[in-house]
Amino acid sequence: MESWRKHPLVFWILALPGSVWLVVFFLVPLAFVWVMSFGEKRGLLDIEITWTLSQYKAAFQPVYFKIIWKSLWISALVTALCIVLAYPVAFLVAFASPRAKPILLLLVIMPFWINMLIRTYALIAVFRTRGYVNFTLEWLWNTFWLDRLFGPFVPLELLYNNFAVIAGITYVFMPFMVLPLYATIERLDKSYLEASLDLGASQVRTFFSVTVPLTMPGIVSGIILVFIPAMGSFLIPDLLGGTNAQMVGNVIARQFKAANDWPFGAALSFLLMYATFGALALRALFAGRKSAMEV
Amino acid sequence: MSNDIVSVQGVSKRFGSVLAVDDVSFGIPRNEFFALLGPSGCGKTTLLRIIAGLEHPDDGAVIIDGEDMAGIPPNRRPVNMVFQSYAVFPHMTVAQNVAYGLRVTGTPRAEVSRRVDEALEIVQLAGLAGRKPHQLSGGQRQRVALARALVKRPKVLLLDEPLSALDAKLREQMRLELANLQQQVGITFIIVTHDQDEALSMADRIAVMNEGRVCQTATPDVLYESPASRFVAEFIGKVNLFESRVLGANGRTLAVEVGELGALEVPHEKAGPREGAAIALAVRPEKLTISTAPPDGDGRARLAVAARVINWAYYGDTSHMYVRTEKGLELNVNIQNTTRDTAESLNVGDAVWVSWAAADMIVLEE
Repeated sequence: MESWRKHPLVFWILALPGSVWLVVFFLVPLAFVWVMSFGEKRGLLDIEITWTLSQYKAAFQPVYFKIIWKSLWISALVTALCIVLAYPVAFLVAFASPRAKPILLLLVIMPFWINMLIRTYALIAVFRTRGYVNFTLEWLWNTFWLDRLFGPFVPLELLYNNFAVIAGITYVFMPFMVLPLYATIERLDKSYLEASLDLGASQVRTFFSVTVPLTMPGIVSGIILVFIPAMGSFLIPDLLGGTNAQMVGNVIARQFKAANDWPFGAALSFLLMYATFGALALRALFAGRKSAMEV
Repeated sequence: MSNDIVSVQGVSKRFGSVLAVDDVSFGIPRNEFFALLGPSGCGKTTLLRIIAGLEHPDDGAVIIDGEDMAGIPPNRRPVNMVFQSYAVFPHMTVAQNVAYGLRVTGTPRAEVSRRVDEALEIVQLAGLAGRKPHQLSGGQRQRVALARALVKRPKVLLLDEPLSALDAKLREQMRLELANLQQQVGITFIIVTHDQDEALSMADRIAVMNEGRVCQTATPDVLYESPASRFVAEFIGKVNLFESRVLGANGRTLAVEVGELGALEVPHEKAGPREGAAIALAVRPEKLTISTAPPDGDGRARLAVAARVINWAYYGDTSHMYVRTEKGLELNVNIQNTTRDTAESLNVGDAVWVSWAAADMIVLEE
């Protein structure tokens, strides 16, 4: 870093392309959208910026508020599911032998290599009425002669409802929870866990009194990495959720496309942004606390 | 054996292809300060962790206070450990750290606070109960780890390199404090260390380990003055070694031939090695005397060789002289700087006489 400070010109030249890219293609459009959220629609294409808060107020109409509220609880539930499912996986990877570790990590990130659209369509094949879950259940049903007792197997309705959306989002975002958890568990000094056992605590007690508090930074990172994108997801609810399981992402997408109400879409988007900033502030708070702990 | 609080019986532990602990057995009587001493990688920490229940032996048994510990997890063993890194929980205060071991076993609140106060008093941390570990010095953190283990009133306290993270001055002070503490609380201490001074100054008995095996278990003075093997002699303190050949034994003394010194007799009580066997003789540097004039016989059998000073190191209280005999043998002589001008009296290149009592020679058969 020292030599960077000595040659500021080199520093600026190297930083310029990336900075320009970010400003032109990210910050400026973002500012556009933000300004637009204070505008009003006049005619088919005209938008007048009147600095009104009416778009934000509209977002709290019962019909939209219900969808925002549903997005919130679905995202919260997905995040909770991810923590519960990812923690054992992260533990397993962190405690695996040096030879197995890279393979297990590879398995965790492998889904990233496949296009999300394809993975989501694949889930349709898994969950639909004549899908793999129902095939398996039907086979079990018939194998254990339940068909003779209760009649033929009735396939479960797994697709185009909240269940499918929750399962789909959990499936897609779980690696984002595993990785930060793995990183903190990996760095955790194992002698803390041994000390806890040595002092008479059970494995369960050790987990809740020592492991969880000491891996809290990883949990918080994971929550942010899962909760925020989950709130914004629209592809998965669009494909798996059907009409009655849409989330706020679908509403936003519709404002910019079919409904052609950009100011309202912008306001909804920025409501999500404000939530994101809130979550990041929360994370900064935890990070600050953690660095104080490690001094 | 029944009086032993800890009995280690034929314990072995293998990590992959490495035999970390190789058929180790020893017993530790109640209230003893016992040290496991050895170079890094000798298996001493593994052995301590086996006693704590953090590792499982492949073979053998650990008996603590008459009870076989096989299959008993660490949280149900009557032992507690002070970890090398101390492992003081960073998210808890000093008092919460010390209380942890009592709270998890459901000790009543009033008793917890009374015993925590007591333990903090013993380690002199009473005023710091509300501090977080990051506000403490290394020495204070170690005291927290000690208090946290002692508050459980274990039958045996295990200490894994407890002083290695402290600076030299503090380390010396803590040696005395640990030894005093052990007397005060009356608990058996097992300490693991690679520092011979630490073991010699604190322990009642020391087991010297090398490559997973116990080489010798004895009191500090016996280990130093009568090491059983070449490894022990060289690992504990410094030693001058002479390769030699046995000429004969008569039960009390051993006649040997040393290349550089000629034929001589050294005391040897045990059943001697065979005639013609190759052995080593050893003598500690501080047993040697250096003089400019040839030493005159004072009645005791004394050995003397002429030599030249080739190097020396000055340590203030002592000086370590390195001399070479005419036959090329290098000897290390420690002299006490008993007067202010002792150090000035000798220079590199000076012709000197080195002498010592034959009785101070140690016979090393291995």
